[in-house]
Amino acid sequence: MAAPADPAVLQVLALRAVLLGSIRRFFEEREFLEVETPAIVPCPGLDVHLAAFEVRAPKGEPVGWLATSPEYQMKRLLSAGAERIFQLCRSYRAEEHGRHHEREFTMLEWYRANATSDDVIRDTEELVAFVASALDQPAPELQPPWQRLTVDEALQFHANAALDTLVQDEEQFFRVWVEEVQPRLGNERPIIVTDWPSSMASLARLKPNGMADRFEVFFRGVELCNGFGELTDATEQRRRFQRDQAERRAAGAPIYPIDERFLDDLERGMPESGGNALGVDRLLMLLLGADSIQAVMPFPEERL
Amino acid sequence: MADTSDIKKGFKMLIDGVPFAVVDHQFVKPGKGQAFIRTRIKNMMTGAVIDRTFKSGEKLEKADTEERTMQYLYPEGDARVFMDTQSYEQISLSNEQLGDNVYYLLDGTEVDIMLFEGRPIGVTPPTFVELLVSETEPGFKGDSSGNTTKPATCETGLQVNVPLFVNTGDKLKVDTRTGDYVERVKG
Repeated sequence: MAAPADPAVLQVLALRAVLLGSIRRFFEEREFLEVETPAIVPCPGLDVHLAAFEVRAPKGEPVGWLATSPEYQMKRLLSAGAERIFQLCRSYRAEEHGRHHEREFTMLEWYRANATSDDVIRDTEELVAFVASALDQPAPELQPPWQRLTVDEALQFHANAALDTLVQDEEQFFRVWVEEVQPRLGNERPIIVTDWPSSMASLARLKPNGMADRFEVFFRGVELCNGFGELTDATEQRRRFQRDQAERRAAGAPIYPIDERFLDDLERGMPESGGNALGVDRLLMLLLGADSIQAVMPFPEERL
Repeated sequence: MADTSDIKKGFKMLIDGVPFAVVDHQFVKPGKGQAFIRTRIKNMMTGAVIDRTFKSGEKLEKADTEERTMQYLYPEGDARVFMDTQSYEQISLSNEQLGDNVYYLLDGTEVDIMLFEGRPIGVTPPTFVELLVSETEPGFKGDSSGNTTKPATCETGLQVNVPLFVNTGDKLKVDTRTGDYVERVKG
């Protein structure tokens, strides 16, 4: 005999299916190619604040790590000549769990070759409005273009703090950010935060003004995505990876290897590109007005 | 030594020698930044609630607190004497420490007493207590003043606003969290 239906779970499944379908439709209409890259990778993200799950074979031999994002492989596809690619995949971050974090979550990443971060910002604005309509949640406040704010302006406006002093102490920067700035970002409508300090450039190129060509979108105090005008300089990228490794060593964090194949492909030539990584569970949570990503997942860790 | 991974509702930690209990907590982490635990914590000595953000992984000192169920026995000068229902050990709390809770103590009332490093720091009475009205003005039908309640004094000295139909000698159910009248108890 069948168990009684669980309407909450069925509703989540139906909404997720609509969301995933509309994301695919959005990118197909713009002639993006859907791609797949491996979940187990030889070199996870080196970002000092990311922890990857190590993967071992049954007898204990190390195999690699679960990808914290598909970034390196997708950029290698750009070097291989792909022009517009997107991927919906699971990403894994070992030490993140809370109302807006699951250790396994769904990531949407897309890249445009011969494009800038502005092109990708436009994609982001249109995508969110598009999927909101598909979910029957069209809202005037989601219509592009969205307001833009630099990191410096956000700090001044919400915390009466100046970036050039705060950036000297990264922990203090993030403390002020999570306590005073982020909760107030995008309360009415999504807001795009640009011009991150060069020390937080990650895999973004630097702009002529010396700031990172990096943007994030915040909506109702939640970080929705992180995008770059991509760094294509292999030498600079290697320098940043080495700095990340040094920071990991100093912090006592595991030191992951540098992805030499990614650097080789950068060296061979990656077109000027824009890319973005967006948390799909958070997007659904925000569009439905849910108060946690767990509420929009059939099997968050706590119910697994 | 505890750390931030131990934080959950009710977790008790020592900050500058003062015990705090976690009321609410949230993991926050910018995608490319340091992880933190934002908390709302209650000072167990004063009851004041504050916000505090901890770096993820930060070491925390667990507060040596313990809650014990005790029975109220009798007043003694400016204090009240309680007995541990398990060990029969007696302790005394000053009226000042008890605050408004003195108004909810009747012979034999069982309360939860929070001990910090062995010393009592707080009392939680039962959520509802039943008290006799020792004094209230008679309420009249057709009272024209527009008031729907009137003051009453209970056997413990508690002042409470009651409906006009309540009389001296009635028994009242009182919510100890708010100090409000709930209903008149029959019998």
